[in-house]
Order: sequence, then structure tokens, then C-alpha cells
Amino acid sequence: MSDNALIQKIKPTVTASPHIKSHATSQRMMLDVIIALIPALAASVYVFGPRVLLVEGISVASCMLFEYVARKIMGRHNTLGDLSAVVTGLLLAFNLPSGIPLWMVPIGAFVAIVVVKQFFGGIGQNFVNPALMGRIILMVSFAGAMTTWPEVYNWHAPAVDAISSATPLAVLKAGGELPSLTEMLLGLRPGCLGETCAVALLLGGVYLLVRRVISPTIPLAFIGTVAVFMAIAGPQDAMPLGRVDFVLYNLLGGGLLIGAIFMATDYSTCPLTFKGKIIYGIGCGLVASLIRYFGNYNEGVSFGIILMNLLVPHIDNLTKLKPFGYQKPPKEKKAKEAEAK
Amino acid sequence: MADEKCSLRKEFTKGLLRENPVLRLVLGTCPTLAVSTSMVNAIGMGVAATIVLVCSNIVISALRKVIPGKVRIPAYIVVIASFVTMVQMLVKAFVPALDSALGVYLPLIVVNCIILGRAEAFANKNPVLASAVDGMGMGVGFTAALFCMALVRELLGNGTLFDGAQNLLKVFGDNVLGGFNGVTIPHFTPITAFILPCGGFFVFGVLMALANKISDKKKLPRAELHGCDHCPLSATCSKVVSEREDKRI
Repeated sequence: MSDNALIQKIKPTVTASPHIKSHATSQRMMLDVIIALIPALAASVYVFGPRVLLVEGISVASCMLFEYVARKIMGRHNTLGDLSAVVTGLLLAFNLPSGIPLWMVPIGAFVAIVVVKQFFGGIGQNFVNPALMGRIILMVSFAGAMTTWPEVYNWHAPAVDAISSATPLAVLKAGGELPSLTEMLLGLRPGCLGETCAVALLLGGVYLLVRRVISPTIPLAFIGTVAVFMAIAGPQDAMPLGRVDFVLYNLLGGGLLIGAIFMATDYSTCPLTFKGKIIYGIGCGLVASLIRYFGNYNEGVSFGIILMNLLVPHIDNLTKLKPFGYQKPPKEKKAKEAEAK
Repeated sequence: MADEKCSLRKEFTKGLLRENPVLRLVLGTCPTLAVSTSMVNAIGMGVAATIVLVCSNIVISALRKVIPGKVRIPAYIVVIASFVTMVQMLVKAFVPALDSALGVYLPLIVVNCIILGRAEAFANKNPVLASAVDGMGMGVGFTAALFCMALVRELLGNGTLFDGAQNLLKVFGDNVLGGFNGVTIPHFTPITAFILPCGGFFVFGVLMALANKISDKKKLPRAELHGCDHCPLSATCSKVVSEREDKRI
């Protein structure tokens, strides 16, 4: 092969470095997250019935619409193609009970996309997780609708009116009948529509880990902290349980898994360094556990993540990596004294 | 004479938009956020603050050559506090419902930075009439900003307009305006977040952006507080003191 033919074949580009490029684009990562969410979505449709698809559809559609309109009004280029609005829409709906009045969903989408994301500059600039903020605003605004948990859907004889019931976490606090641990694992229990099926969520998490979209540090630190806290704290009086059972119900109940795997690991709102990630994960777990154990709310995962999201810039500042061979500069006072001498 | 009138009008109108205390100077944020949950409270707070502002501006301006510079802040506070006490007693006597609704924020007008700020930045170097008009303009601007915030917050967060209006109208007697006591929007589920602090900050931010947008369109200059020397705390502020020392050296 002559040199010319070789050059023709490899088509070198003559540019400044970097020359090696990764194929990881935000679009591809978002697509990975969407793929990882599909098992949980399917499980959710099975558990809570066809209305889940309606809620999901409205959430995703309104997120995309708000993203498009907000970018248009602000005179910025269209970013629908990076799929981040789709992910936000999916996650927002995952955090809502399936029986929520449908007109509330776009309000959450507005908060998530316009207030949290576009007001602050769009993808990568959001200061907290958009979907979680949407959920929290809905929760403090419509406490009734957001805590009415429909029963598991009966596919053979669909109930005309959704019967509301208590989530496992509420039962742990107030007493009542708990679903079995197998049911908890499969998601056959009341709760937000995407959070119930632990198996599907873990499946999605493993996919993200294999694709290297997320690192295991934050989820492990988060879930580990909740486990340790609950093991030390022990079961509350309302529901006498074994210590191990209590920990397991706390790990599988509520939104811990979806929060730790899909929400806390959002790139723009989690620390960069390993040490920072550990601090962040432990903080999330601690706040979540404290609210669960002592607070008025039954579930504290969303508040834990939002609170730690706000602290991320400080965590990043405090856990800056030291360059090799770096020496601390002498303190100002000493420097001045040295100068004076 | 014509000149004087023109400048007086300027002193009045600057408080409305160009130097609106809440939206452009970002003063008095605490009562703004706390009180703007209902329109009636907002109007009550705005009127009370305006009265105190005008009266204290007049007195401080009249005494501006008597008050020694070094103790001016305590002197201003004494003047302001006496007017606040009067207003509070009047409110307690004539509109007790408003007094309980405003709670601690009514006596806290004493330390409202709009009032202290106007005393420091305007009344202590301008004649009485101009100071009175300045206080009036700032007070109206404060009330207008509070009213706009409360309109949005009460409408969306509580689903009502002028809820509890009789509390305020009691000053004029019983059953004024046919016992009008506010409107409830039918078939509306209120978005409670707007009543909570987070909604307050949100509405505040949006209104500030709007005020900036409007004044940019009118080509008004960006509001400034003329550096550290105009700050009420400049006498004790470590930054200002060290800067002055640097200059002396």
C-alpha cells in the first residue's frame, strides 16, 4: 500500500489536541438512563395499572414542551435532542403516586424544567435535581393528592375507584399490616409509581454501572448509611419487628433505591472527587434517615438529596485534589513576619 | 419655582420604579417575604411603613443640623421607634385583627432598612419638603411591590383575593362596602407552595427580573447605592474603616 493510499484510508484530521475522543455524549448517557428506567416503568405499569402510562406520558410531554418553549423564549438553541428533558419527565412521574390528578403533573414539570433547569442555564447548570424539586413543590403544595397511595392494581377485576392505603414506611411508623419482603422486592406495595419494584430498579442500576454512566460510590454510601443508621436506631414501638427486618423494610420501602441510583447520581449535582462522593452519599443517607425516623414526613430521601445537592459546591471546594508534590503555602501572618525580619 | 416642583416630582417617582426599595434596591426583604402572603396584610404593612417613613424623614431632615454625626444612628432609631410605637398603638386600637396578622413584623418596622436607609441616604442631607416627598415615594413603591407580590401569592397559594378585607375596612366602620370580605376563586385548588417561603422567594425573583426588564426598556440607569459611604453601617463596618485608614496612610 502506498503512503497516499494509507493516508486516504485513515483520513487524518489535522487539529490541535485532544486527538482521542470518547463517544460518550450527553445524548448517549441520557439514552442509557432511559433504557435503565424501562424495567422499572414496565414493573410500575404491572403494579399500578394502565394509568401509569398516562401520568408518564403527560409528564414527559410537558417536560419536553416546557424545555422547547423556554429555550425558544430565552433565545437559546434547542436542546430537546439531548434527551435530558425526557429523563427528567420520566423521573418526575416516577416520584408521583399513580392516582395524582393529571393537571398537577405539568406544574411539577414546569418547576423542574423552567424554574430549576432553564432559569439557571439549562442542562448541566441546574443547582438541584430538577425532577426531585418538581416532586417537592407538588408535595408541599398538594399534600393530600401527593400522599394518597392507590392500592396495587388488580388486572382481573379493576377497581372503579382507587382505594388509598398506607405505604410500608407509614406502617413502620404508625403500625398496621406490612407487605411481605418478597412483595416489597417485587414492588407489590403502595407507593410512588416508580419506586416500588426494587428488582427492576436494581436491574437498571446494574445496567448503568456496566455502561459506566454512574459510579457505585454514591449509591453505596447512601444506601449503606441508611442501613447502618436504621440498624443502630432499631425498630420503632409502633411496629415490633426484628432489627434485620426493620433495616430491610427501610431499604426496600420508600424511594431509597430510585433516589440513590437515579437521582443522587445526577452529574451536575454531585461532587467530582471520590472523597466528595462519599461525604455526599453519607449526607444524603443521614438526612433521609433522620427525617424518616424522627420527622413528620414518612419519607425523607428527596429532602436528603436536595439538601446535599445544595452543599455540593462546598463539598467540591473542600475535597479538591492535591497535585503531586504540593506543599501548603506558609500562612499569611507568618509570611508577613518573615518579611518584616 | 417650576424647577422645584419638577424635582419634587422626581423625588416622588423615583421610588416607584427606578429606585423601588424592594425591587431595585433590595431593601426590606424580610418583611416583604413574610407579610406578602395576603393582600390585606401587604396593604396594612405598606401603609404603616409609609406613615413611619414619611414622619421619620420629616423629623430627621428637620433635625439634620442638630444631630451629631457620630451618634446619628441611635438618634435616627429613637425617632423611628417613637413613630413605630405610635403607629403600633393606633393599629392595635383601630385594626386589632391586622395587628395580630402582622405580629412581630409591625414593631420590626423600627429596624426596617428602607426607613433607616432613607434617613441615612436622603433625609440627613436634604430639606424637609423633599425628604417628605422622598419618603412618600419610597413608601408607595414599597406598598406597590408588596401588593404585587401578595396578589400573585394569595391568588395562587390560597385561591382568594383580598381575603379578610373587613379587618382593614373596620377603620371606616362596620360593614363598609357591603361587608366585602374578599373573593374566593371557585373550583381552584390552591398551590400551597406560593404561600410558603419558597414561593415568596420565587415570586420575589420573578418580580425583580420584571422590574429590571421594564427599567431596561425605559433606558433607566441601573440602581446603585452610591458606594459604601452611603451604607448605614459605614461608621462601624470594618471594610470601610480599613479603607479609610489605607487612604490616610
